[in-house]
Order: sequence, then C-alpha cells, then structure tokens
Amino acid sequence: MDVIFQPWPWYVAGPLIALTMALLLYTGRRFGVSSNFETLCAIGGAGKVSDYFKIDWKKNTWSLVFVAGSIIGGYLGGNYLMPEQGVELASGTVEVLTSYGFEDPGSTFLPSEVFDFEKIGLAGWLLLIVGGFLVGFGARYAGGCTSGHAISGLSNLQLPSLIAVIGFFIGGLTVVWVIYPLIF
Amino acid sequence: MKFAKYLLLGVFFGIILTKAQIISWFRIFEMFRFDSFHMYGVIGSAVVLGALFVGLSKRSNWKSIEGTGFNVNVYAKGWKNYLFGGIIFGLGWAMTGACPGPLFMLVGKGHLLVLVALGSALLGTLVYGIVSKKLPR
Repeated sequence: MDVIFQPWPWYVAGPLIALTMALLLYTGRRFGVSSNFETLCAIGGAGKVSDYFKIDWKKNTWSLVFVAGSIIGGYLGGNYLMPEQGVELASGTVEVLTSYGFEDPGSTFLPSEVFDFEKIGLAGWLLLIVGGFLVGFGARYAGGCTSGHAISGLSNLQLPSLIAVIGFFIGGLTVVWVIYPLIF
Repeated sequence: MKFAKYLLLGVFFGIILTKAQIISWFRIFEMFRFDSFHMYGVIGSAVVLGALFVGLSKRSNWKSIEGTGFNVNVYAKGWKNYLFGGIIFGLGWAMTGACPGPLFMLVGKGHLLVLVALGSALLGTLVYGIVSKKLPR
C-alpha cells in the first residue's frame, strides 16, 4: 500500500495518462478538457451574446461527466491517498522561490501566497484572475489545451499541436523567466 | 448508465494527476525553470505511448465500442491561432500553475480559491467566443 500513498513518479503517471486517452478513444470519444469551458458557457446562456456558443451542448454531456469524475478524483486522491501533502522540489526551484519571498516552498501542496485565503496578496490574486482568464481564452483560441494538443494531438503527430505546444512553452517561459522576476 | 464509464475514467484521471503532483503550482514552476525532469517525463512518456497506441490502432484498424474508427484529434492546417492561442494559454498555465483539468481537480481536492481562476477561465472563454471572428488564424 505504501506505493499508493507515495507521490507517483513520472513513469507511472505518463503511461496511465496515455491509458486514459486510449480508453476514451475506445469508448468512441476523445481526450480534451478545455472544450468543457465552451460547453459550460453555452449552458450558461452565452449563445445570447455570441453565435460561437450556439452549439448543441447536450452531445458534450459525456465530457462534463468526465470532468465531474476528475473533480471526484482530485477529492479522493488529495484527501485519502495523500498523507504527505508537501512537494519535494528541486533545490534550484526552492532557492528561487525563497528569494521571491515564498515561505518554505514545497512544504505545502500549493504556495499559500497564491492559494491560501489567509495569506494571498495582490500578486496571488493577479495570478489567479489574469492567469485563469488567459487559460480559458488561450485554450479556445488554440483549439485545445494540454490534454487535447500536448497529449492527444502530439500522439496523432499533428503539426498544429506541435505549434501549440511550442506556444505553451513560449508563454510559460516568459512568465517564469521574465514576468516573475519583475513582480516578485 | 451510459455515462458511468466517463465518470470512472474521470475519477481515474483525477487521481493520477493529483497523485503525481501534476496539479501542483510548484511542479509547473519547476518545469518552466527546467529544474526537474518530472513533468517532461510525464508528458513525454504519455506522448510516446499514446503515439504507439494511435499508430497501432490505425494500422490494425481498431474499432471503438460504437463500431467506428478511433476519433483521434485532427486539427485544421494553419499556425496563427495555434501559436498565438498557445502563447496566451502558456502564460496562463504558468501563472495559475494549472491547465484546465487540474483547475477542476484542485477544486475537488479542496483548494477553493481555485474557483476564482476557474471562473476567470470561463470569462476568458466567453470573451474569446465574442471576439473570435476578429482574431488572426
């Protein structure tokens, strides 16, 4: 049982993610999470402001169910299968975050400076609000997120997915190497 | 009942990403710092095995339980929307430390402030829908 309660290494997680994709393909569906944002907007009545959301969302119900399952998975995994909540980080990462003023990076699952209501500051709110907005906007503009492009698209050798993933890294590297040193 | 399998697959997926700490902001930061192999190993091994599976499925003409060929992701030609959208997504991924799946899983894990990011992501989707026709692609 110890093996279950330890953090799972990449060579367990990667193959299991591939298995998730394979099983979804086997059920006749495809692997992609961000399209649910579109579905949720459509359900919320976004069709009134843009034709983009005038879709027959009922055919995406299976995907909403998948996402509901992943919420349950986060609950079960995070609360019952994870006695140790800390994240063992590379020393370089700990050093940089400490220099940014993060307290004891990796001692909690998420940095309390961003995700803890008691400790969140202006920078934390910005990351959540602006970051969330960009995730939603960018994923739909690119036509997919990590599951759709990085895993499924690359698995099907799609050049557009490779371009999107290169974009993901241009954006992510800009935040971590250019923006963070400026705001922290 | 026909949706039960998707619920189970979702639970499975949520547990994997949580247990491998892929939904931790720290791991995404570490990835973009190139300080750890973890995330590259996860994505790399998933893609290699995924590509083998998709390749085999085409060669062997495997069918889904619905009797159709596999519904693999195919994207229209072009680059602008993929690159620009990708860059915007990447900025957000690094800031929130979570892509769309993890945003949902973190809420399930009990990190309720993530609801702010999730709400913002829906707003971002809404704004994209409104301006989408005016964007280069």
